Amino acid sequence: MAVELDVFVGNTTIMDEEVYQLWLDGYTVNDAVRARMEGGVLDEFDATADVLLSDTMDQYRTFQMCERLLHSPAKLANQLLFQIPPHRQTMLIERYYAFDDVFVREVLGKKLSKGTKKDLDDISAKTGVTLKSCRRQFDNFKRIFKVVEELKGPLVENIRQHFLLSDKLARDYAAIVFFANNRFETGKKKLQYITFQDFAFCAGQLINNWTVGAVGEGLCKTKNNMVEDMDVDLDKEFLQELKELKVLITDKDLLDQHKSLVCTALRGKTKAFNEMEANFKNLSRGLVNIATKLTNTKDVRDFFIDLVEKFIEPCRSDRWTAADVKLYLTHYTNSAHILDTFKHQVVWDRYMGVIKSCIFKMYHD
Amino acid sequence: MPGKLKAKIVAGRHLPVMDRASDLTDAFVEVKFGNTTFKTDVCPKSLNPQWNSEWFKFEVDDEDLQDEPLQITVLDHDTYSANDAIGKVYIDIDPLLCTEAASIISGWFPIYDTIHGIRGEINVLVKVELFNDLNRFRQSSCGVKFFCTTSIPYSYRAVMVHGFVEELVVNEDPEYQWIDRIRTPRASNEARQRLISLMSGELQRKIGLKVLEMGGNAVVGYLQCFDLEGESGLVVRAIGTACTLEKFSSGSASITCPHPSTAPPSNACNSPKDGKELVFGEELPLSSGPPTPFRALPSSSSSPPPFSPSKPCSRQSSSSDTDLSLTPKTGMGSGGSAGKEAGPLKTLLRQQTQTTLEQREFPFFTLTSFPPGFLVHVGGVVSARSVKLLDRIHNPDEPETRDAWWEEIRQEIKSHAKALGCHAVVGYSENTSICEEVCILSASGTAAILNPRYMREGCLDVGSIDHRFDDPSPPNCGFCHIPYDELNMPFPAQLAYCYQCRRQKVPDVLFTTIDLPAEAAVTGKGCLIQARLCRLKKKAQGEVNATAISNLLPFMEYELHTQLMNKLKLRSMNALFGLHIQISVGENMLLGLASATGVYLTALPAPGGIQIAGKTPGDLNNEQHVAAIQKRINDAIAKNKELYQINPPELTDEGVGSPIPEPRQRSRIFRSHSESSDELSELDLSHGKKDAFVLEIDDTDAVEDIHSLLTDAPPPAGFHSCSTETMPGIYNWTSGIQMFTSVRVLRLNNTNLTNQGLNKIFTDLCENLLKSFYFKLRSTVPCCLCHLNFTVAVPEEELVQVSVTAVAMTFDKDQNQEKPPEKATTKGGSETEDQLQFPLELSADSSSTSPQPSKISGVAENTIVSTRAVSVDYGSFADRCSTWLELLRLKAHTIRRGSVKTSRRTQSLAHSVSSLEHCSPLPEGRSRSLCSSRSFGVGSVTMVKMTPLSFLPGTRIIKYLGIINMFFIRETTSLREEGGVSGFLHSFIAEVFAMVRAHVAALGGNAVVSYSMKDCVLMENPNKNQAQCLINVSGDAVICVRETDQEQTTNTGQTCGTIDGAT
Repeated sequence: MAVELDVFVGNTTIMDEEVYQLWLDGYTVNDAVRARMEGGVLDEFDATADVLLSDTMDQYRTFQMCERLLHSPAKLANQLLFQIPPHRQTMLIERYYAFDDVFVREVLGKKLSKGTKKDLDDISAKTGVTLKSCRRQFDNFKRIFKVVEELKGPLVENIRQHFLLSDKLARDYAAIVFFANNRFETGKKKLQYITFQDFAFCAGQLINNWTVGAVGEGLCKTKNNMVEDMDVDLDKEFLQELKELKVLITDKDLLDQHKSLVCTALRGKTKAFNEMEANFKNLSRGLVNIATKLTNTKDVRDFFIDLVEKFIEPCRSDRWTAADVKLYLTHYTNSAHILDTFKHQVVWDRYMGVIKSCIFKMYHD
Repeated sequence: MPGKLKAKIVAGRHLPVMDRASDLTDAFVEVKFGNTTFKTDVCPKSLNPQWNSEWFKFEVDDEDLQDEPLQITVLDHDTYSANDAIGKVYIDIDPLLCTEAASIISGWFPIYDTIHGIRGEINVLVKVELFNDLNRFRQSSCGVKFFCTTSIPYSYRAVMVHGFVEELVVNEDPEYQWIDRIRTPRASNEARQRLISLMSGELQRKIGLKVLEMGGNAVVGYLQCFDLEGESGLVVRAIGTACTLEKFSSGSASITCPHPSTAPPSNACNSPKDGKELVFGEELPLSSGPPTPFRALPSSSSSPPPFSPSKPCSRQSSSSDTDLSLTPKTGMGSGGSAGKEAGPLKTLLRQQTQTTLEQREFPFFTLTSFPPGFLVHVGGVVSARSVKLLDRIHNPDEPETRDAWWEEIRQEIKSHAKALGCHAVVGYSENTSICEEVCILSASGTAAILNPRYMREGCLDVGSIDHRFDDPSPPNCGFCHIPYDELNMPFPAQLAYCYQCRRQKVPDVLFTTIDLPAEAAVTGKGCLIQARLCRLKKKAQGEVNATAISNLLPFMEYELHTQLMNKLKLRSMNALFGLHIQISVGENMLLGLASATGVYLTALPAPGGIQIAGKTPGDLNNEQHVAAIQKRINDAIAKNKELYQINPPELTDEGVGSPIPEPRQRSRIFRSHSESSDELSELDLSHGKKDAFVLEIDDTDAVEDIHSLLTDAPPPAGFHSCSTETMPGIYNWTSGIQMFTSVRVLRLNNTNLTNQGLNKIFTDLCENLLKSFYFKLRSTVPCCLCHLNFTVAVPEEELVQVSVTAVAMTFDKDQNQEKPPEKATTKGGSETEDQLQFPLELSADSSSTSPQPSKISGVAENTIVSTRAVSVDYGSFADRCSTWLELLRLKAHTIRRGSVKTSRRTQSLAHSVSSLEHCSPLPEGRSRSLCSSRSFGVGSVTMVKMTPLSFLPGTRIIKYLGIINMFFIRETTSLREEGGVSGFLHSFIAEVFAMVRAHVAALGGNAVVSYSMKDCVLMENPNKNQAQCLINVSGDAVICVRETDQEQTTNTGQTCGTIDGAT
């Protein structure tokens, strides 16, 4: 005696959020049943394992049928097959596109290619996220990347509109797309301590300040309207202009003047003053060198590793507190404005604004 | 040229990729009606094409408009090869033909392909311009409204109820035509879908004609079924109740029809006041001659054009369509049954030809709920079954073979009703089960007496019977009072004075197929009661097989009945409503499933307990065992009383209302008429002075029987379940509903199964299904699963299929005790059929001329000696009831050891050999419905609610848009890829829902009421990776609004309703 067929179809599609999560997490039906039993559904409701299995299978089938629609969430709203109330639709989409930070951290900045997909096995083993879930998440990244790539206009807005995601999730995806597009190196050992959320924040800063689109909003809208991928690529003109900052370290007078201004401002305000004074030139060189090299794609990729190596690590070895870093960078940035011979204030601000926020975010254990 | 059909193709979306090279599609559309086809331009390279076509105009007869669907085919243009079909949409034009229904069809329809399922959507506009047809001989019946709802639809008033209409149409099944060998599965499926669509259209048109002839303008309780007879063809048949309906003005409508929970039944409320307008049109069969002219209808608004008396009667017209001669005698001898004619059949056929309006021959009503006061007394369930052999060589030109089969069964039902002293049958339905060439036809209903005040004068049979009821009995218990003469009871029954009015006699148990009348007084809550049974049979062919089946049927009826009775007693209840007994035939087994809602009717005596008796009193162990079981049963009864809140007022002092001191009889000894009398006292069965059921256990089977009796789990806390529209005892529904369909198929691998083992498996299957529902719907508690409609089938040897459609409705826990005060009345008592109604039949046989209960046809040999002439129908033997009685008794003793015996006699209704069964998937209804129309529409999709009930709680139906009647076939050759049979069926059912919703939305509606899935036929061949499934669904498309939305405009419906209802 065997159950040959067992289906339950509601006019309004019945979906259990708990089972949905298990499905998204890549549990097999049997694992899901086990997990639900452990979760105590059976205790609160008098039912047998058979009932649970039957219910889980139904739900899994429903999700599988829905999955196609979830790939283009806009369809979910006007398809006719499943009658799902709008708030449930929102939940389905949001959860489907949710991802594990540990997983995304692994693929962040990698090319979203088949090659990477082949590595998912390893990533799965490493992160403990099931392979099935890894695939779903990876495919989501790829799908969004592919759609957004061909669209003009603000990145976050595009993602939100095409995939009907919440603002937060749309921003995270924008970060993922941005990292994938620019292929930022995030996998080095030194960067391991940086979380996805840190990177997402930095990506937001870069998108908002260093891309063509960012400029478009404020400065030269008309000029850049025609540029594709305005949010995805860094503003090349800006990167070119960054080379001008080199004067801050090549001109010895300027360097000394800058140092004395900063030290004057800092004196007595921090315990790390001595280290700051001693390291000023090194640190300044580090930051300015990063700026001047950004025209090379290779160096763009190493942007975060450079920030860590050239600035964060020295500070950390001198035991600066986060407040110290903030203080230092604030005065370091502001003092440049007082330098008589330094003419590149606008570029400097645009550069240092982002650097400052990124370093603040990244400066932790 | 009475009509112009116009269609416009607007756009498509989500089309599938048909050209792999470009990942796009070059779509165009063919629009076909009848033999005319139009095409749109090709919209190149788009998955979301905008055609925006001109209006395609079809000038057609209204007859065609009724029969034909509009067929829309979406294709992919291919320059070099044949165009590929993407899929089709069939649109039923019928709702547009009725002025009161929809005026335009406009919306997105799923594009459906029988192989691939839904493939995108298409936006279509359809309109119809009808010209007035002055031809009185027309063959069309445009304008007749159809309702699946089995009550007077909300916002209508029945000016007159004309009575029973039926029709059937026969055709060859395209699947079995020779051409099927060379055409693709897709072409075959489409041919079948189209044919069935045509046949249903034709059927509906013909029924409409009959209604017009009778002077009506609507069919209520319309029930259409398909019989897939395989090689012998395809039968589409329908029954319904012809009415003249009048629409209330919007204001008054809301007043009169509150929902039972909140309000009394719909229009019905009016009827007591102006009873004269509500007239039944049944007439006795008249001798030949032109029909008498119709009376002028009170309401002029919707009266049909007059017909000339010389118009051919409907039966003739229907038969002429199939080129059959109606001559009864020639029609009879088809197949192997030729030559054996039963006397009654001749009479029947003679009547057919002589009576011009044959449908009036049958005072049957497919309605299951009625205006208050309409139903005077209920006699009990009547049913008839008949086993037929389908003709091997099909002759599509002889539909009257099938007609005669049904006629015969209906006659039987009618005579059973008569034997119960009733002149009408309500809650009537018909059903078939087919396996290979054997077909079981079943019909069942509830014998009843309808209020003579509503009958027009001259209706003799009604009048004579009803004299004594002219003094109206109290509305809340009157329906329970026995309709037959106490001194001349058709069967031994135990009567008592009504516990409410104390003036009339009531039976101890009452079984009915109708919904609980709104005014009935009920103690406590009701619950779902099911009896389940499997019987193995040998594989056989032809007549041997039919004989075997007919021999098994009475036992199954008996056992189902006993099970129902036991379970009813166990729950301390005394009446069943909405009883539906289905017997399904398979190659090597028969399955029986009876579902009903049990209640405690305040007017009936409290049920006795169940007494266990051991056969071997000397054995000490055994006695202890018996005592243990007895205790468990008593505990269960006590627990159930508490669970269902059954605390009947202890008003009965024996002096006034005690059961009539008749000797109780046990059925231990059978004599032809009455059973020997064993006084109960002798057995010490009394259970609180009431009769008790005695269960004798003398072997392990009986123990298992008792065990299974006790293992039916009650629903978990917060849940209720019932097979009727609403749950007696719950009156405060909230608006949350969730309709669902569930199908489960078991494969019995063990070839050595016993009946016992099978029973267990089958029972577990049903119980587990219920448990699954409770679990899945656990978030909606407190809720009630209403209209739980189980359908069983044996699709293949070793497979058992159970399909269920039901709706979960939430209610407000706090108030669930309160009941509108004015409904305190109980409804009339019908009797229960408790045991088989053999006693009934016996007496009927001996005393009356005609009723013979059982006819089994297709039986080649009958080993039973019948005392009277055996009536043979079409090669079948009809067994007299007396024969059956004896047989049954005999077998009951010899075969079923430890069988359950009742000490009380129940009255039963007649079922014939066949007994009750019923098939009506239709929602029964009360007509008030309220539905909430909330459109959550993100995007363009309207939320469409669906329910098998006739109403939606918390909302009010403001318009009926027409009937939805759809038939789909789905086939796959990649079963594994679609997730196996479960995946295949899951998506198919979801697709069917989607298509129903889309059609309703296109009509402008937001809900489907009285929804039912009549057929779900699944065939699979996993080895070939193939499966095919056929689904037929129907319902009424409606627009409903939230009750609160209307209150301001129409005044509060509930308040007014109750007042009105009370008057």
